[in-house]
Amino acid sequence: MNIKDIKNYFPVLNQEVNGHPLVYLDSAATSQKPIQVIEALKKYYEFDNSNVHRGVHTLGNRATDSYEGAREKVRKFINARSTKEIIFTRGTTTALNTVAAGYGRQTLQEGDEIVITYMEHHSNIIPWQQLAKEKGAVLKYIDLQQDGTISLDAVRAAITSKTKIVSIMYVSNVLGTINPIKDIAKIAHDNGAIIVVDAAQAAPHVKVDVQDLDCDFLAFSGHKMCAPTGIGVLYGKEALLDNMEPIEFGGEMIDFVGLYESTWKELPWKFEGGTPIIAGAIGLGAAIDFLNEIGLDNIAAHEHKLAAYAMDELEKIEGLQIFGPRDPMQRCGLVTFNLDDVHPHDVATVLDMNGIAVRAGHHCAQPLMKWLQVTATARASFYLYNDEADIDRLVAGLRSAKEYFNDVF
Amino acid sequence: MSFNNLDQLYRSVIMEHYKNPRNKGILQENNVTIDMNNPTCGDRIHLTLKLTDGIVEDAKFDGEGCSISMSSASMMTQIIKGKKLEEALELADIFSKMMLGEEYDLDKYDLGDVEALQGVSQFPARIKCATLAWKAMEKGVKSEAQ
Repeated sequence: MNIKDIKNYFPVLNQEVNGHPLVYLDSAATSQKPIQVIEALKKYYEFDNSNVHRGVHTLGNRATDSYEGAREKVRKFINARSTKEIIFTRGTTTALNTVAAGYGRQTLQEGDEIVITYMEHHSNIIPWQQLAKEKGAVLKYIDLQQDGTISLDAVRAAITSKTKIVSIMYVSNVLGTINPIKDIAKIAHDNGAIIVVDAAQAAPHVKVDVQDLDCDFLAFSGHKMCAPTGIGVLYGKEALLDNMEPIEFGGEMIDFVGLYESTWKELPWKFEGGTPIIAGAIGLGAAIDFLNEIGLDNIAAHEHKLAAYAMDELEKIEGLQIFGPRDPMQRCGLVTFNLDDVHPHDVATVLDMNGIAVRAGHHCAQPLMKWLQVTATARASFYLYNDEADIDRLVAGLRSAKEYFNDVF
Repeated sequence: MSFNNLDQLYRSVIMEHYKNPRNKGILQENNVTIDMNNPTCGDRIHLTLKLTDGIVEDAKFDGEGCSISMSSASMMTQIIKGKKLEEALELADIFSKMMLGEEYDLDKYDLGDVEALQGVSQFPARIKCATLAWKAMEKGVKSEAQ
């Protein structure tokens, strides 16, 4: 990977912020977009803008071809068996809500168990909380080990014959931990449960293979993997999706509409009510082409290297506490930390004044913050366009923040 | 690295309030309790007020947050003590205008330490931190005034 060339694909990176060259370390919140994706959106709106599956005219055909072409790219990207298993959604949150409201509402009985973990993003907690309340089901949490990883013993202890749904993130957006999804899927299936995977932080960074993982549903967002905001994917095994009722009705998803009864289109369109997110899907397709060209394995290796370097360098800063596993191979390319008594907001502001963008707050993971016994943390998250020089800037910024607050205190 | 801009935000009086907050704690004798949080970052404030005969007799705050939110709470509790309820609300309005960079009446009140927070208006991402305690106070006073 030639990082200099890759950086050049991202016009946004070529700017100064607060008088300093921008260092963007907030890709876990949203990634930057390469020129290839921006051009794909521009081309669609300049030449092909039209609704899909409706018009018999040329523009309509072009838009439909590009939209469905993007679905095929997603299928290959995650190695699904069929494009029937690929539903375009607004993002991970909508995808997980679709599973909870569609599959969960239809199948759960009172007393059934839903199993999640303490590290989940709010998007993978609240839909299950709501479902559990509605159905009288029990929401259970898998405990974490001290270093922020999950042991299979803890998984086995939490999943029982009463468990019907296990929903877990592939990669933690706070701890960086990569969870053993394949093993957890086997435990879930052995107990008669299905497994739902929140791959929002995995799909952009590691090769996701839904057949190898044997997951039943998997959700991710486009905007964290170089695509535009507002597009995401719900993968589901065809047999499960076939038996699920849609949760949004009208427009694109209908087959026949009578006065009192209607029928739905077949998969995947029965879950795509209204005019779909056409430009978003096309942008996602372009992002997948871009990522494939560089290679997910290369991206993952690059991020592991950056995470290892970042942790080595950050550990040299006295009073800096890093959360999550120490072994860089057990984690993705993000590092979450706190600096002495300086509140992460204050750290982030000092870094911002030096042109360095990081995230500070609870990262939509309040139960995990409670588990870590902190109210907030700072997080630097890397992507394919970051390099060691960016991390050096972060480290220098943190040293200056420490110095600054030591002086003013 | 240059800290000129940062000095606008982290004036020494702010950091002094952060380090030595005034009125930190919970009023045992209170008639108004307000809990408010900033959902994007998890900062939270627990404000207790003793409002007697249309006057803010006492105020204390508890909570967790960044230097700006906690020092602002400290200054807010300091300035509203002894004020009439309508004066407290007017101060909240002045503070809001100060944060938004709008004009406000400079002559009516001696803002004291609160003036140090003026620089926050140059940092849009931090305005919510500074206004948390004031919004809590406004809510509490309004609930009592009704």
